[in-house]
Amino acid sequence: MTSGPVATRRGVLAGGGALVIALAMPLKARAAAQAAAPFAPNAFIRVAPDNSVTVVIKAIEFGQGAATGLATLAAEELDADWSKVRLEFAPNDDALYANPMMGTMATGGSGTIATAHTQMRVAGAAAKEMLVAAAAKAWGVPAGKIAVANSMLTAPGHSATFGDMASAASAFPVPEKPTLKTPDQFKLIGKTLPKLDSAVKSDGRAQFTVDVKRDGMVTALVAHAPMPAAKVANFEAAAALAVPGVLKVANVDSGVAVFAKDMAAALKGRRALKIDWDTSNAETRSSKELEAKAQAMAAKPPLPVMNTGELPKPAKGIAIVEGTYTLPYLAHAPMETLDAVVQITGDRMDVWLGSQFQTMESAAVAEAAGIAKDKVLLHQQYAGGSFGRRATFDQAFGREAGRVAKAWGGPEPIKFVWTREDDITGQYYRPMNAHKVRAAMDAKGKVVGWDHGLTGQSIGNFMMVDTLDGQKVDALIFEGVREQGYAFANHKLGIGVLESPMKVLWWRSVGHSHTGYVMETMLDRLFAAQGIDPVKGRLDLQENERAKGVIAEAAKMADWGRKMPEGRALGIAFVESFNTFVAEVAEVSKGKDGLPKVHKVWAAVDLGLAVNPDVIRAQVEGGIGYALGHALHSEITLGDGGIIEQRNFDTYPSLRMSEMPEIEVSIIPSDKDPTGIGEPPVPPLAPAVGNAWFALTGQAVERLPFARGIAEKSA
Amino acid sequence: MSVEFELNGKTIAYDGPADTPLLWVIRDSAGLTGTKYGCGIAQCGACTVHLDGQARRSCVTPVSMVAGREITTIEGAASPAAKALQDAWVELDVPQCGFCQSGQLMSATALLEWIDNPSDEDIDGAMAGNICRCATYQRIRKAIKLAASRMGEKA
Amino acid sequence: MISRSRLVLLIGAGTLIGAAVAGQTIAAPATSLKGPEAFAAIADPQARSVALFGEMAKVIESPRCLNCHPRTDSPTQGDDMHPHSPPVSRGMGGMSVPGMTCNTCHGESNFTFANGEGSIPGDPAWALAPVEMAWVGKTRGEICRQLKDPKRNGGKTLAQLVEHNAHDHLVGWGWNPGKGRSPAPGTQEQFGALTAAWVANGAHCPD
Repeated sequence: MTSGPVATRRGVLAGGGALVIALAMPLKARAAAQAAAPFAPNAFIRVAPDNSVTVVIKAIEFGQGAATGLATLAAEELDADWSKVRLEFAPNDDALYANPMMGTMATGGSGTIATAHTQMRVAGAAAKEMLVAAAAKAWGVPAGKIAVANSMLTAPGHSATFGDMASAASAFPVPEKPTLKTPDQFKLIGKTLPKLDSAVKSDGRAQFTVDVKRDGMVTALVAHAPMPAAKVANFEAAAALAVPGVLKVANVDSGVAVFAKDMAAALKGRRALKIDWDTSNAETRSSKELEAKAQAMAAKPPLPVMNTGELPKPAKGIAIVEGTYTLPYLAHAPMETLDAVVQITGDRMDVWLGSQFQTMESAAVAEAAGIAKDKVLLHQQYAGGSFGRRATFDQAFGREAGRVAKAWGGPEPIKFVWTREDDITGQYYRPMNAHKVRAAMDAKGKVVGWDHGLTGQSIGNFMMVDTLDGQKVDALIFEGVREQGYAFANHKLGIGVLESPMKVLWWRSVGHSHTGYVMETMLDRLFAAQGIDPVKGRLDLQENERAKGVIAEAAKMADWGRKMPEGRALGIAFVESFNTFVAEVAEVSKGKDGLPKVHKVWAAVDLGLAVNPDVIRAQVEGGIGYALGHALHSEITLGDGGIIEQRNFDTYPSLRMSEMPEIEVSIIPSDKDPTGIGEPPVPPLAPAVGNAWFALTGQAVERLPFARGIAEKSA
Repeated sequence: MSVEFELNGKTIAYDGPADTPLLWVIRDSAGLTGTKYGCGIAQCGACTVHLDGQARRSCVTPVSMVAGREITTIEGAASPAAKALQDAWVELDVPQCGFCQSGQLMSATALLEWIDNPSDEDIDGAMAGNICRCATYQRIRKAIKLAASRMGEKA
Repeated sequence: MISRSRLVLLIGAGTLIGAAVAGQTIAAPATSLKGPEAFAAIADPQARSVALFGEMAKVIESPRCLNCHPRTDSPTQGDDMHPHSPPVSRGMGGMSVPGMTCNTCHGESNFTFANGEGSIPGDPAWALAPVEMAWVGKTRGEICRQLKDPKRNGGKTLAQLVEHNAHDHLVGWGWNPGKGRSPAPGTQEQFGALTAAWVANGAHCPD
């Protein structure tokens, strides 16, 4: 285990007799945190006299189980009684709670456990050593004689709860390098523990941002343009202002804000607005136009990214397959739409958010409202899903919330809510991608050429890489094409970048969400052309042992090669993403609606150390369902004038109960450092289903969703 | 207009437009926030409550329709079926983000109050109107069956 | 450039996707009906009756009626007759299934969504027509003979059928379908009068 952060600082909460541990603050950051004292609670762990252990969670909890995972790590080293562990969300404070990979508070890249596991364990271990030191002193016994388990300290003739020792422990120095457990000493890590938030999410108590109640609160909606990136030209407010309960109407640039006494009045008021949109900088092209442009670029990609040789000429024994793929814009559509509660009090601000980038987003709300960014306090809430949607570096929603609060202009708290229509039409989509691939395989299953053109849209300057001719390109467009561990000879990759004012964003598994589909369905088409079994073919092509491990495991789970019932077929796909290896096998038939009916999915995952296996299984189940719903049904399209054609779940359908396959998960045992699981189960699903469909029907579906791709194939 | 109805056993009087969706009366006027907004057009089921014991999407229910009738929300769901389901939800760690789960539970409760031992097809049908974007469906199905079996043991 | 397109233009936009696989092609619906008097010139009562039924069929074949008179166990919706969302099935006597009945969503009258973008239809008797009353995919002759057959029309006499078409509240919903839906052609009064005239002329059916 790496040594990780060093505990150097302790703080004592006023009046509680509580033990508080904070960690790893460089001196400068510590000074900054102290200077901002009113906003700077500074702990990961709090042990209260009532013997509860509160773990402060610096990640957003939006269903991925990060809160339970982080608490597990701290509670493990602390030897806390799991039933006495409580959660608290951290406020905005980069000095204390920054994600070490990003330098600011941020949850993403399926990296919460990967980036914080040592930090949380050190926090727990340090706390335990202080409690032990306190008990040793109180009892006059050597620390080495004190046993710790289930929030109890014991020595021959002595016992005390953590709560009993909390106050005394606070007087001891925080150990510089507490001793961490070895894996054989784990009692919680690797076990299935009840999630800490299940109960409050099963009886309506869990509070999300939209549930925040404040005296005198005003509800605000913004009427947004029907096409991407338009702005308000002018509007008529009279009819809206005449709606009972509507208090104010104001231009906030990105739309027109309606302030009302409650949501019902705000909705009515918004309906009554008449708005003309300035579309001079908007995206007004249709999807048809955008797709044609993207396909043309994919066929002759302007940016060469790799080239290890040319595709061989057609020859006996060489199969050449050509694929022209179109993968659509996708909305994330988290169950809770974007929302914020903002209150300005003099020169300072309180903001309630389920924030994924806590410091940046709260600062953006403040700045847009004209409040200094060190005068904002974030009250972090549970968030109703994200799938990438809440992770915007431009903080457009936060800034809109700030402009709305500023436009209100009073001291009342503003609850600002996006409706589902705002959400579905609100851009920040997974980009539409066009792929043009020509690939060649010899009779032994060797890939002897892979010529790949891909047009996407840049998400931002987060992972710019050099092209072969010295230009720059966003690697998030094509991640997954180069680095899947398969031995490809003559691999060529060229990129086209579609320019559009329409905002795009990472969507659960980012580039892998489309490259995985193309790579893995192309492979099956090549295997089919050479009469090679898709599992054997993959195992022979793979050079990575962990990849081979999950492929073999998924195939074994599904009893690959068995005689299939009439009308059913299996398909397999493998994708490594976020350093996690996932293979999935799908059993598929043709459903009554003419679409793939997925009966069962077997998933094998290798993510290193499995901190909480049941949370991991839940993420795999959910990731597969999320991927399947979109693969079957979902796309965002632009009609004439760029008008977004989907507005709610009637036109942007979601997976429903009857479509959910049975899912079986196998976690490969490993003591490697843990990697993420929020996103990696997504990419292999669509190609596994596509490959099963191909085996079943001979149709290689080159356009998603299947509803559209199959209809076009069948037309 | 003024509308009186029973909300979790207490009489509520709402003064406002007759077409106000019950959802917003429950959330904004009565202050019970367990019932969620997800779509506003009866597509997602996050707003599911019980109207005289039957599942009802509160986002498309004008408050005038519930005059003199009984509404139960997740906060008031206390029947044996509701309790058995909530216990099963916790035991199987069903929720992920949790935002849809009040609605899922209200639909599942309506199902179990009708059918003691629902089949997969019964579950598909009763839960067809409840979207879970986290796709916790497999655990929802298992939890409904677990709750049904527990209730069967007690019966 | 300033677009004059306003939010109100968007209502009902983008309903095509759901129909991508299972959708049907629907002819442009009639919007008006001729009254019975328009058929008075037809001398032969049988031919007149058949012609009257042809006029009635413009109502019967409206998406307002067909959507809930399916052959399958699932209704369709919208003017384009796309599959009902959320997915529902016939269930208990056309009332759908335990836990999610028609009236889980449909109320006693139409309800305009709070977002203003369309509505959900409602009627106290909202339900799927029994499968023996299915109309989708049937010829006018088949529908006509079915309508006259008490075993397949809910046990109605022809007089009761006239009354039903003229005054039944759920039938009348077809002309008051709520925001976002085209009404059935003509009026319920005309439909009732056409039915009466069809019956008075012998209730003959097309082939």
